[in-house]
Amino acid sequence: MTYFMMQFLNGLQIGSIYALIALGYTMVYGIIKLINFAHGEIIMTAAYFIYFFMTKWQLSFLLSTVLATLLSVVIGVLIERIAYRRLRNASRLSALITAIAISLFLQTLYMILFTPDPRAFPMTATRFPVLKLGKIIFSSWTLITIVTAVIVMILLQLFVSRHKAGKAMLVVSEDLKGSYLMGIKVNRIVAMTFAIGSALAGIAAALYIVSYPQITPYMGSLPGIKAFIAAVLGGIGLIPGAMLGGFLLGLVETMTKAYMPSQLTQLSEGVVFIILILVLLLKPAGLLGKSESEKV
Amino acid sequence: MRKSKTKKSVSVLLVLMAIIMLLTSCGKTETKTTEPAADGTEADAAVATDAAAETDAAAETDGAAETDGETPAGDTIKIGGLAPLTGPVSVYGIAADNGAQLAIKEVNANGGVLGKQIEYIVYDEKGEPVEATNAYNRLVNEDKVIALIGDVTSGPSIAVAQRAVLDNLPMITPTGTSADITAQGPNVFRACFIDENQGSLMGTFMAENLKLKKAAVLYDVSDPYAQGLNDAFTAKCKDLGIEVVTTEIYNAGDTDFKTQLTKILAAEPEALYVPNYYNDNIMIVRQAKQIGLDVPFLGGDGWDGILSENVIGADKNDADGSYFTNHYAADDPAEKLQNFLAAYREEYGVEAISFSALGYDAAMMMVQAIETAGSTDSAAIVDALKNIEYEGVTGDITFDENNNPIKTVSIILIKDGAYTLFTKMKSGE
Repeated sequence: MTYFMMQFLNGLQIGSIYALIALGYTMVYGIIKLINFAHGEIIMTAAYFIYFFMTKWQLSFLLSTVLATLLSVVIGVLIERIAYRRLRNASRLSALITAIAISLFLQTLYMILFTPDPRAFPMTATRFPVLKLGKIIFSSWTLITIVTAVIVMILLQLFVSRHKAGKAMLVVSEDLKGSYLMGIKVNRIVAMTFAIGSALAGIAAALYIVSYPQITPYMGSLPGIKAFIAAVLGGIGLIPGAMLGGFLLGLVETMTKAYMPSQLTQLSEGVVFIILILVLLLKPAGLLGKSESEKV
Repeated sequence: MRKSKTKKSVSVLLVLMAIIMLLTSCGKTETKTTEPAADGTEADAAVATDAAAETDAAAETDGAAETDGETPAGDTIKIGGLAPLTGPVSVYGIAADNGAQLAIKEVNANGGVLGKQIEYIVYDEKGEPVEATNAYNRLVNEDKVIALIGDVTSGPSIAVAQRAVLDNLPMITPTGTSADITAQGPNVFRACFIDENQGSLMGTFMAENLKLKKAAVLYDVSDPYAQGLNDAFTAKCKDLGIEVVTTEIYNAGDTDFKTQLTKILAAEPEALYVPNYYNDNIMIVRQAKQIGLDVPFLGGDGWDGILSENVIGADKNDADGSYFTNHYAADDPAEKLQNFLAAYREEYGVEAISFSALGYDAAMMMVQAIETAGSTDSAAIVDALKNIEYEGVTGDITFDENNNPIKTVSIILIKDGAYTLFTKMKSGE
């Protein structure tokens, strides 16, 4: 039981980071049907911002995170304005290719600016005291990660269900052209969606980088892809789906590694994909998704 | 109208993307060259060689050199170098290259070899076998080098050794510890001990010095280096009666090791063998602390560099209490080593790591072999290397029948955020 609980916490920790990132994917997809492959790079840029604020300006971790999150919002909105808005009515494939281009562009740009060499992040999870609950040992940072992620998700859920702009977002995701006609300022709502997604990515970056304190220009791609899988698993376009998918992915990854024979741990990623395939076979729209026939 | 505009911007983006990809793939192959005596145009170099020869009594001036300013190739001996100067293992590459550059500089200042100055041409291979092979072809086909110092890590070294065997090019890898490198052919040598030695020595050390009975291993299954160390360590443990309670693996690029570490914690080992490179090791050490896995960490020379500023960062004591096998210890009082460390500090303004010392030894060994051979003939140099008795900064080196050096191994203990010499053991038979 001790062993299970410890592994469960490990899974929740990584899962909560996946969930935060997955929200960015799912919200953007929900609203303009674009898989924003540059989303992982927002995490990377945010990590660099935090790093530079802390090392060059000697700011505290918390303040750096807040500033970096704000800057991520700016970058996310700029990407939408410069790259995606013109393609709103173009074929989906064009937009998708553009997203990949933006992702590569940011990676290579950072590689040129800051070299591909890894940098050590100045704040590590070892600074947080280790907690003991009976025989269960875990870092207080694990707890902070999970709690922060859950709080952020609750706030997001409240915003979407209570606030006017949040409701408008849901409406636009329901029917973009229809919302135009109903007088909703669609461009503003889309920009806001990118802003929120990027802010979540900024927070996720802070949680991620303290756990894995190494910064490289390509650090965003792996968590980005994992989060994308999480979003699809839960039902892309659905906010609760992304949360569920994120936690589920983290737990499945951890538990397969934890309970499979050691020499098969390599297969854990395979298991994740098998689950994804099964879910998509049985429920093509994801765990929480409602399948609807597309009108052609 | 609107549509065509969109199409245009997409194609512009695509073209931009293509340009960027081109730039990043080719632009990064920086070349670092230690020109004989001075840098500048080729004609300048020839003049400078003359000037050096005039002031240096030991070197004999070649009359032809004064008139033959156009083809400086005949005036210098070209030695090639390969190292990852950028990329994830650049700490090693830069250190090894710096060591070799320092050796060549010293040799050139003392009149060069066979009366000629050495031109040392280095290409960056980013730690990738394909890049390394391309750079090797360039060194051999375009630069016409007569010997090779490199590569630095095992993967690319194996790739390059396969080519060097076909060309019978004398090659010394300063730091490639995989047994497969020198197994490629009789012209491939190394300056460092091999993975097998490291792994089994650590097993012996754990049994005899630490007197521990239960070990666990966590290694990168996609890396032949880590695999080699694990195999040797596990085999030695079996011989010495150490129980390996669990062997956990991960893949290159993984950043989360907590699941495996929690598994290891449950198996209750007395020590954990972590035979990977420093970027992973630092993460593993830190995540182990977070789940309360508090046992000594053991490792190989991939740990060297873990205390660098850009690896360990601000929390300098996180790796304390770990032991690893290494090529030398900075606090070893041996005179030759201390002289090298001082010269290195003066030249580069940073402390040398073992990769720098091995780079230096590899270059010096190659020079000594060329001197002994008395010519730049490949077969003669290979012969000279085979029978070399070299006194280096990482210990005295002779080669066994597999071209692997017989030398001392230092066990380093990380204490108070610094490498300290714990004990010395002898590698090879």
